[in-house]
Amino acid sequence: MKHVLAVLVEDKPGVLVRVAGLFARRGFNIESLAVGRTVDPGISRMTIELEADEKTLEQVVKQLHKLVNVIKVSNLTREPSVSRELVLIKVRAPAASRAEIQQIVDTFRAKIVDVSLQSMIIEVTGNDEKLEAIQLLLSHYGILELVRTGKISLLRGAKTIRNGEGKDHGKNLL
Amino acid sequence: MKLSGAHMIVEALKRENVDVVFGYPGGKVLNLYDALYDAGITHYLSRHEQGAVHAADGYARVTGKTGVVFTTSGPGATNIVTGLANAYMDSVPLVAFTGQVATSMIGTDAFQEADIFGITLPITKHNYLVTNVEDLPRIIKEAFHLAATGRPGPVLIDLPTDVQSAVTDFRYPQTVSIPGYNPTYDGHPGQTNRAAKAIARAKKPLLYAGGGVVIAGAHEELRQLAETADIPVTTTLMGIGGFPGNHPLSLGMLGMHGTYWANMAMHKADLIIAVGARFDDRVTGDLSSFARGAKVVHIDIDPAEIGKNVSVDIPIVGDVKRVLTELLKKVAPKTHPKWLAKIEAWRQEAPLTYVQEPDGEILPQYVIESIYRETGGEALIATDVGQHQMWVAQYYRFTKPRAFVTSGGLGTMGFGLPASLGLQIGAPGETVFCIAGDGSFQMNLQELATAVSYNLPVKVAIINNRYLGMVRQWQELFYKKRYSAVDLSRSPDFVKLAEAFGAGGLRAEKPREVVPAIRKALETPGPVVIDFRVRAEENVFPMVPPNSPINEMMRGGSV
Repeated sequence: MKHVLAVLVEDKPGVLVRVAGLFARRGFNIESLAVGRTVDPGISRMTIELEADEKTLEQVVKQLHKLVNVIKVSNLTREPSVSRELVLIKVRAPAASRAEIQQIVDTFRAKIVDVSLQSMIIEVTGNDEKLEAIQLLLSHYGILELVRTGKISLLRGAKTIRNGEGKDHGKNLL
Repeated sequence: MKLSGAHMIVEALKRENVDVVFGYPGGKVLNLYDALYDAGITHYLSRHEQGAVHAADGYARVTGKTGVVFTTSGPGATNIVTGLANAYMDSVPLVAFTGQVATSMIGTDAFQEADIFGITLPITKHNYLVTNVEDLPRIIKEAFHLAATGRPGPVLIDLPTDVQSAVTDFRYPQTVSIPGYNPTYDGHPGQTNRAAKAIARAKKPLLYAGGGVVIAGAHEELRQLAETADIPVTTTLMGIGGFPGNHPLSLGMLGMHGTYWANMAMHKADLIIAVGARFDDRVTGDLSSFARGAKVVHIDIDPAEIGKNVSVDIPIVGDVKRVLTELLKKVAPKTHPKWLAKIEAWRQEAPLTYVQEPDGEILPQYVIESIYRETGGEALIATDVGQHQMWVAQYYRFTKPRAFVTSGGLGTMGFGLPASLGLQIGAPGETVFCIAGDGSFQMNLQELATAVSYNLPVKVAIINNRYLGMVRQWQELFYKKRYSAVDLSRSPDFVKLAEAFGAGGLRAEKPREVVPAIRKALETPGPVVIDFRVRAEENVFPMVPPNSPINEMMRGGSV
């Protein structure tokens, strides 16, 4: 099953390599990883999407907790949350197909952010299904290049991962 | 107070009550060694950085204090990698200070530059590259805190030369604030209630004690629990000494070379209470058939160990001493005569035994038992890794914690001799033995020079079978006796070698020479090497073949 973990970490040198190295070393697979600063100075937030069974997930969470720079790990899959990912797609777009592509872009509420004689860059935001759907449609015209930011997620409602479920070293999982 | 980074380190060591450090100088720690020169801290100079880190490890294990290591950059730092991995696997508190090229040179492939921060990420509990001297006092404080608390482990601090020489105000923090680090010490009361109920209900309970008992100093609580509820105790290799080996409830070690009765008890138990142990593959054998009829209580300070290999019914995260103390309040006295009789029958069925012919070749088991008898079981013993290590675990009955020091998790050959120096430094008045194989001894024998330099009177017993014995045993049993690259018959004359180093050298070639050699070594001041020429192809039995169920042990020829 796919899980989305929100991981609060101290913004220290090497913290990304500690997390990435942990996944590689223990044979856990990362589907996507996004990192950025938070409103709290010195604290960054990682959103990690991974495919894992329950037992593996428990180990991932516990091993993440063991990293000294990791402040909190929350599994957003278990609670109502909003997830988004941004994709930039460079698609082959000779004059003949531009109108069709424009229609697709409008339907998906995507944006054309660059145009040349032979190509367009399309910016699209959404959940997995939406991104896969537009990618499938655009592949018909020829996708030259594609880049994804990785998924980011927030809990719905006023609850945050800071005041929500706790780190307390995986006790909540036992 | 304004101090250089190097002087801050020395000052911080004093605040952390460090009076002994182990190390080896070099170009990128000249500032640090200059600050150490008249600091009043005793520095032990090894002959190889690996020797320094293993000595610090042995010192930490025997004293319970944090071991401290200094090395230079590049090769100095990479030479302690094995020692750090070793300490990490066995949860030993160490703080390693390594020199590094100047911050302006980092990343340029400068002379003696190695990314020791990157290299040691997966084998330290935590590590630091200091880039600003202002951070140094806080980092040292954190390093000592992290190394010794929770599940202990090694911490490395990499020190660029300009950080060592930079001068600034020194204020050593009284406390640490690490938001992501809050070990759980007290067990959940509801969980200890459940464990107590499970103990009350169990008909065939077993305590399975690991290194966590020794580290937490919970041996007394463990004994009380065992005696109160009449529960037999088996220990892991790391747990040896956590429960008296001569206690009626002691089953000795379990696992691959554990006793038959300990493994059978584990296999047939209806309740396993794991205390500071981690269900290592050397203990469980084939996981799918492991202890299928048992309810499992797992007490450990590291939540990541719980449920990692074996599913657990009653997890208790906490310091094992505190958890056992709480548990003791809830456990009522009971007895298990039928269960203990069953275990005794297994013991009779396949006892640990060997037959030493008076005129035959020396058997390694006989050497170990002789050392046990001649030292009254009171010696502190460091071992290397291999057959001799297993024979010590089987035949030397340790009665107190921190008396047996061995490389358990990593299985580091070459650990024994330098570790034994750490034991002797940590326990100056005690009799210290290093029991080594002829292979392992040759991996760090240069440390004999360290022993002689500081007149550390360790007695090195080489169980010399002219083979890499454990590898040979596996080749014999599982590779049709195709002995590939295990012949050590052309090793040096260990007696002459010892003498060349300035140590005493003795040899025993016949069974009747064994005890006199041990006595002579014990009477001789200073370090002594004894070359015990034992039977070449003796095997360690019983044995659980790799990936087999633990109740299916090979018992060997004579039993």
